[in-house]
Amino acid sequence: MKVVIIGNGIAGITTARHIRKQSDHEILVISAESEHFFSRTALMYIYIGHMKYQHTKPYEDWFWEKNRINLHKAYINTIDFDTNTLKTANREEISYDKLVIATGSVTKKIGWPGENLKGVQGLYSKQDVELMETNTQNVKHAVIVGGGLIGIEMAEMLHSRGIEVTFLIRENNYWNSVLPIEEAMLVSRHIAEHGINLIPNTELEEIIGDNDGRVKAVKTKTGKTIDCEFVALTTGVTPNIDFLKESALETDRGILVNDFLETNIPNVYALGDCAQFKNPKENHPPVEQLWYTGKMQGKALAKTICGQKTKYERGIWFNSAKFLDIEYQTYGLMFNKPFATEDTFYWEHPKGKIGMRANFSKTDGSLSGFNFFGMRFKQTVADTWIRNGNHISNCIAQLNEGFFDAEFNKNHHKKIVESFNTAHPKHQATIAKKKKFLIF
Amino acid sequence: MKIIQKIGLAIFLICFAIFISLLGLGKYQLTEVSFKASVTDSTHQALLAPNIQQMLGKTYDSKIDFITDYNKSLDKTNQKFKDNQEWDKVIYTDYALAITKNSTIGFVKDNQMLLFYICFVISALGGAIYMVADLFIHPVAGIKNNDIFKRSITSRGIIAIFFSVFLVVFYLFLYKAPAYISNWVLLVDPLSFSLTGGEASHWFLYGFLYSIIMLTMGIRMYVKYRHNTYQMVRTTSVIFFQLAFAFMIPNILTKLQLPAMDFKNMWPLDYTFFFDYRLDSLLSAGMLGYWMLGWGIFLFVVGVPVMVYFFGKRWYCSWVCGCGGLAETFGDPFRQLSDKSLKAWKYERVIVHSVLVFAVIMTAAVLYTFFTGASTILGINTYAIREIYSFAIGFVFAGAIGTGFYPLMGNRVWCRFGCPLAAYLGLVQRFKSRFRITTNGAQCISCGNCSTYCEMGIDVRAYAQKGENIIRASCVGCGVCAAVCPRGVLKLENLAEEGRFDIYTRPEEQ
Repeated sequence: MKVVIIGNGIAGITTARHIRKQSDHEILVISAESEHFFSRTALMYIYIGHMKYQHTKPYEDWFWEKNRINLHKAYINTIDFDTNTLKTANREEISYDKLVIATGSVTKKIGWPGENLKGVQGLYSKQDVELMETNTQNVKHAVIVGGGLIGIEMAEMLHSRGIEVTFLIRENNYWNSVLPIEEAMLVSRHIAEHGINLIPNTELEEIIGDNDGRVKAVKTKTGKTIDCEFVALTTGVTPNIDFLKESALETDRGILVNDFLETNIPNVYALGDCAQFKNPKENHPPVEQLWYTGKMQGKALAKTICGQKTKYERGIWFNSAKFLDIEYQTYGLMFNKPFATEDTFYWEHPKGKIGMRANFSKTDGSLSGFNFFGMRFKQTVADTWIRNGNHISNCIAQLNEGFFDAEFNKNHHKKIVESFNTAHPKHQATIAKKKKFLIF
Repeated sequence: MKIIQKIGLAIFLICFAIFISLLGLGKYQLTEVSFKASVTDSTHQALLAPNIQQMLGKTYDSKIDFITDYNKSLDKTNQKFKDNQEWDKVIYTDYALAITKNSTIGFVKDNQMLLFYICFVISALGGAIYMVADLFIHPVAGIKNNDIFKRSITSRGIIAIFFSVFLVVFYLFLYKAPAYISNWVLLVDPLSFSLTGGEASHWFLYGFLYSIIMLTMGIRMYVKYRHNTYQMVRTTSVIFFQLAFAFMIPNILTKLQLPAMDFKNMWPLDYTFFFDYRLDSLLSAGMLGYWMLGWGIFLFVVGVPVMVYFFGKRWYCSWVCGCGGLAETFGDPFRQLSDKSLKAWKYERVIVHSVLVFAVIMTAAVLYTFFTGASTILGINTYAIREIYSFAIGFVFAGAIGTGFYPLMGNRVWCRFGCPLAAYLGLVQRFKSRFRITTNGAQCISCGNCSTYCEMGIDVRAYAQKGENIIRASCVGCGVCAAVCPRGVLKLENLAEEGRFDIYTRPEEQ
């Protein structure tokens, strides 16, 4: 059987690797972006100079041949679902028995005037970073529009080159649409600390170009004009499925799939950023644009393709990011406000760069999720506690089991417990006495 | 602040240029006094005297001519004995450095102290200014490896190649022709007199240079990792062991006329530990000598297995060891240059374990000779084995390549491919230790920072992205993978041995 995968990102490659682990199917991975699989999450580090492109490749180049995963660099123009054939931009025809579409995303543009000017771009692909390298030569001032995870990455990238950055966000504080206000403020302060000019409550009206068709300023909805030579559009990404719009494949924002990642056409599957769940689980987004979910979906789909039909199960939600120098880990469903049935506890270090939040049930005190800022926490511990609905007082009392900061780093457990006991007097957390060891 | 940083760099570079130019400065004149001060053995004095007569009182403008003439005189002396088969009279002691140094006159000799301050103190201050200015240029603490792959010096550019050649040439002179760097040794003479009570050797110079370089580059570590207590403590530890154990204590012992010993240096890294002259010196030093011998043996017989079991080989390699200390301070800017390929790992395993076997065989042969007095074993001269090891491993591998190739192959070339002690520690770490780098569940995003910054060339990401703990013989536990990880995925830990190889699978995927 010949499995063809369009897209060599984490979703497509995980599928390919796991099909190989379980079967002898012929595997072909097609990508227009790069010869080999690389880590998209590391693109920013290439620009900053922490790494070169070669360092972002998780597998050495010999890996693919050794594992009989064929790679082909080509752009797919159309898919003929009746004859199971792909047509590339070079008029090649490629046949398949099973097709996996994992084409990822493109930068979302929403029709701003001037959004196609030179020096205006988003950041998603390898080509985007290369473009950014050229676009930011001799740039003194840049504007970032939209305060999500890509926005903060681009802010860090530009800032590392000594470019003055103005960061326009729609909310009152950075990423307040997702982060609770305390956390959003913590990150906002940190952004300001770096000398990045974060401008809240501001939306883009238009991008103004010069006579050469290059950006020279942006205008905000409040009527303010900001001079700049570079504009980063980071209001989100959208599934890269334009080439499928006219086909028989059912699409909405993304390619519609069921829980098995099957599309409306037999033997055609979609996953990763470009897929949209027909029936997303409650409180889960229909399009999951995360590295982690792409990987999990790939594992599940490989099983299905190899004959063991497997539902994609998200499990306990988790995610991570890094806001300049502050790391962020989250476990469980944590939004900017707790659910009505939940109570919340937030602790922040006096210096304002470390914080943690725990949400728990108002009725039985069971833990529903954690946010960690500037402190690392073990996924295994958080996952188990949330899964089992451990009582919040026990969780707070036993936080030490999950702390994952480097050795000798300051432990704030006592302060957190004190703070919790003051804030939630009806749940008292008591730290168990340490076992005393004689020597070690 | 950027200007201040540049001033710091300029100060350093000027001092460094002066330091280099010293090699060509000075005049040389051999006198009766300087001859006697250098050739301390009175028999040798008498033997050499007739042949150095024509050098006496003559002023040399060139050091090379001076050394050439001295070597001619020495050869002439020795040739006569060799011709007459008077082997016991042949002079093997190398007096070239001492004679050259003591015969120096003119600028360098007259400005010894001034030049000492310029070359070592002011240059180090310049370096320190350069490092500390970064506190103000990057006022927010955090990992900033910005542009590391865009700078020539840290990405195998042309400056890196020059620097590497410089280091290799330095080691060549240091080990094989120290007389040519006599002016540098001359500068540290006063310090040597006050510390050891004797004049400086080139090894004293080396120890001193090693210490100030570690100290200055240690400041860089403190600035760079000020948000990471593990790195701060570890840096303090390596600097302490260099200054106290490797530099001060042996010099003080020398002053007290006791056998000098670096109490943290350990066989088989310290490959001369069982050489006859060292054993003789320890055995003739009474109780203290016996104790030193016992301590040296205790370290590798008991210390290694016990400490590695509880803490991993990091307790030595990145906390105590001198080679490791230099790699972790002076070598830190080059850590990203190590080769992470599977091929490199294969070479590493073969080479490093071969050196361990070689070290054991060489030491066994040396001890055989020590105890039996027989100089050959199975027809092979044990001195020859010893010479080959000293040259190939001690000089070429550990010195010239080990440090000289920092700018080309990363800062742990020796530790990774050559150090027999690292191989031994690694075997214990791999098979019987509580140490591991824990991977945090499925949080890895495969970005590759960890692998890129692993000085030992471990492909850390390959483990992390599978949810597997990193347990590798070569890991020195520097902790930088965990420090550069942007997602909090890695942690160095000593935990129960049980389950350390387990791979994390999400409950949904079990």
